[in-house]
Amino acid sequence: MRKLLALLVTLVVVALGCGEPPKGVTLWHPYRGGEEEALKLAVLRFEQERGVKVTSLFIPYEAYIAKLEAAIPRGNGPDVFLGPHNRIGEYVLHQLIGEAGDALPESELARYEPITVESITFRGKRWAVPLASKCVALYYNPRFYTAPPKTLEEIVAKKGQLGHGVFPLAYEAESEYFHASFLHAYGGKMFDPQVEGGFAMEGEAAEKSLLMAKELVGSGVVPEEASGDLVKQLFASGKAGAVMSGPWLAADLKDDLDYRVTPLPTIAGVGPMRPFLTVDGAFLTPEGAKSADARALARSFGSDASAFERATIGKQVVATRSYWALEDDGKPNRQLEILRAFHDAVPGAIPIPVSTAMNPVWDPVKNAIRKVIRGAATPRDALAEAKARYEDVMREPKAAESPAPLLVVVGLVLLAAAFGVVRRVRAPGFAREFRAGKPAYKYVLHAALVIFVLVVLPLVAGAITSFFAGPRDQARFVGLANYVEILTARGKPLLSNGSFYLTLLVTVVWTVLNVIGHVGIGLVLGIALARPMLKLRAAYRVLLILPWAVPSYVTALAWKGMFHRQFGAINAILVALGAEPISWFSKFSTAFAANVATNVWLGFPFMMVVVMGALTSISKDVLEAAEVDGATRWQTFRLVTLPLLKPTLLPAVVLGSVWTFNMFNVVYLVSGGQPDGTTDILVSEAYRWAFARNAQLGYAAAYAVIIFGVLALMSRTLGRIGGSEAKA
Amino acid sequence: MYALYPVLWVITLALSPTGASEPRAIPLPHGMSDVSLENFRIVTGAGDPELRWLFARQVANSLIVSFATAATAVAIATPAAYALARFEFVGKRTGLRGMLLTQMFPGVASAVPLYLILDALRLLDTRLGLVLVYAATAVPFAVFQLRGAFMAIPVDLEEAAMVDGATRTQAFLKVALPAARPAISVTMLFAFMSAWNEFILAATLLGRESAFTLPVVLQSYVGEYNTQWGAFAAGAIIVSVPVMALFYVAQRQLLSGLTAGGVKG
Repeated sequence: MRKLLALLVTLVVVALGCGEPPKGVTLWHPYRGGEEEALKLAVLRFEQERGVKVTSLFIPYEAYIAKLEAAIPRGNGPDVFLGPHNRIGEYVLHQLIGEAGDALPESELARYEPITVESITFRGKRWAVPLASKCVALYYNPRFYTAPPKTLEEIVAKKGQLGHGVFPLAYEAESEYFHASFLHAYGGKMFDPQVEGGFAMEGEAAEKSLLMAKELVGSGVVPEEASGDLVKQLFASGKAGAVMSGPWLAADLKDDLDYRVTPLPTIAGVGPMRPFLTVDGAFLTPEGAKSADARALARSFGSDASAFERATIGKQVVATRSYWALEDDGKPNRQLEILRAFHDAVPGAIPIPVSTAMNPVWDPVKNAIRKVIRGAATPRDALAEAKARYEDVMREPKAAESPAPLLVVVGLVLLAAAFGVVRRVRAPGFAREFRAGKPAYKYVLHAALVIFVLVVLPLVAGAITSFFAGPRDQARFVGLANYVEILTARGKPLLSNGSFYLTLLVTVVWTVLNVIGHVGIGLVLGIALARPMLKLRAAYRVLLILPWAVPSYVTALAWKGMFHRQFGAINAILVALGAEPISWFSKFSTAFAANVATNVWLGFPFMMVVVMGALTSISKDVLEAAEVDGATRWQTFRLVTLPLLKPTLLPAVVLGSVWTFNMFNVVYLVSGGQPDGTTDILVSEAYRWAFARNAQLGYAAAYAVIIFGVLALMSRTLGRIGGSEAKA
Repeated sequence: MYALYPVLWVITLALSPTGASEPRAIPLPHGMSDVSLENFRIVTGAGDPELRWLFARQVANSLIVSFATAATAVAIATPAAYALARFEFVGKRTGLRGMLLTQMFPGVASAVPLYLILDALRLLDTRLGLVLVYAATAVPFAVFQLRGAFMAIPVDLEEAAMVDGATRTQAFLKVALPAARPAISVTMLFAFMSAWNEFILAATLLGRESAFTLPVVLQSYVGEYNTQWGAFAAGAIIVSVPVMALFYVAQRQLLSGLTAGGVKG
């Protein structure tokens, strides 16, 4: 009997053991190309050595944070994930990571470059296994520079000597990330946790660095409005003697292009330029930190073999020191030379500060740099403004408030609604009406259900966060404080730059212009192309929906390129016509026009298709009758076609306006709010609060609720004007 | 010119071997040496059977998800739109207004709540979940669009059918639905497009690379520091081809109503 019991217990235990498949390790990463290939090799080796299954998942950079934040707290996240060190502050705050523990034991610290270990240390604890460092260095073309340029002055002196249209140096002058190299040369800092508030970009060093950037661009040493793409293009086509860029550029340059890499030059009499440093690390989630397998996986990425693969295949500037101690085989190896040049640049680089308070520094600094380069402000004024903005964003959210007043308000609203419903139900004839309407409900029930669960609920959940402030997990209830802040323009004059009211005005103008453009072009093309079924027209129609069919991310970039000051097609046409080229993004009116042109282009095919669809419901006889009666084309259009199109067109126009009101992409990609955030619309303001300003989700949600309110109010008024047919 | 110039630029970018945009006014390649299909090879994973298989699966995912979204959205929206066009019932105005209101709320932070809801419904990481989310977001517009179409159809036809003994449901299915076919195909196209181009939700809600849709693949060429514009442009062209083909087919549908002389009342 006892034996039987023992057997039974054993069986159960074995069965349970079998039922539970061995839990593997999950790895998330943002790597592609060679980096991913090298990573796969390391994972494979780990699986073989340890006998643990590793599931790895690539996630695009833009969705990375959102996915980590959604998945990890729900227990659906990975055990190990790769990412840049400068988010550690955020990760720790949101409890997305655990300590590295024995993945990076004390005894192994000496195996890694000291600066990388320093980078992944935060509040005295180590949070990741350092994998590789990224910083910018100087790429130069030996055709223009016979020896590596050691000083900035050497480069500046080449101006005008390199041939027509060749820039001595190209870099993203308007980018705060690249500008940091100049700032650091002068001994300045962008952010300093020791300084009160943290914003450290002020004083003589900062001002001098800005003047230097202005000088470089103004004198034509460096191209204007350079994007990463333009820098790459100029260098690849021999139009730039040297460029500042990171290891990622090498991956994009063709093999037959002759170039070298060297650390950034020194500014004579000032000091060496020191770029920002980012260290990629292998992080453990709180779940993963508990798993020995996960820790072993993270640790294995730092091994000599893994580092060797990541350096040779992934072309990473690895943090593991053993790779750099390897004997040179003496053969010329350009790949290795480039890698070594970047490795040489690392000790001079300055790790990007980890604090979450660093995050809101970028935007104001970028604006200041742009302003100074454009000549719109002195460095001192521009920096003072940047600091004021930073402090405004960082201002402590209001202290927790008792939820009582809000609950009373919500309670009253609910009570009023309930009262309304009761009155309606008790009104004479309600029961009859309700019964009469009964057959209709089975037609609408499922739609109502789906919309409620998957559309309304998430929105309500979002709206509720607007009563809170501070980062998630430490969110404090602040009642209506967020709303009060927004509606009082944060205590500044009501029509000051970036205030709610001015942005609202811009948004309204933006919406009106766009909708007029969409509907106007859509109507004309829709009617013109609807009539006879000619072969050519069919082709035309297909071509005209192209703006809608091609993903807007890349076409928006095409438009931005067209508006470029020096290389844009539009200025080229203007110059050919004998006009002065326009600096599109330095003035509100032109930057706004560029945004509108792009969005009208993106949106008209939609209206065109709606018009074409709506035209099908118009009987040909009616139009023929009008013709017989001697109506002109315009009369037919105005008196017959338009009124008949109205019922189908109107909802599209109303919804189109709503969508345009919230069209964030174009503004973000084309003008990016330039100049000085004036072309931002309400919803891009909300996005900035959510993503660029210390993740103040409550504040962003309050913005969203206010946008909702404004739109609801507007549609009501418009509905009144447009008569009863215009949407209930 | 206005319509095509940026597209021309995208095509040149996709064909350029360096994957860099030339700073030129006329974005045409300098000659055959300037044209290469390398970017298309990168995107489709040509040469590596495993990658090609993955890409094929991702194309299939995109097609399945988008068609399923279009079908689901229209299936949900059509009866509702019909009821909203033909019946008077309690809550009709509130429903219409409510649906319009959902469109006004910018979805700054709805990805995380959606994630939680799908997790609770055990639909996370499934195509079904994604389709439901897409369809739900597309339903309000579809309802408005179809309601307009139903209202434009003369009510006499259905009444005649009902006098002849058809039930309401039969009148809806046999009379009103065929008459609204052009509008339904337009609406399906819209729903298809909304799913076809969506990226953030797909990346957030799906957890396997083999389940990813094309926009997620496309977005993978955008890095933190640099973007492989050549590959992105090539991918964008690949993504837009099915839409154009679909539109080419749909436009016949769209215009059939016209050539047939419309519905005679």
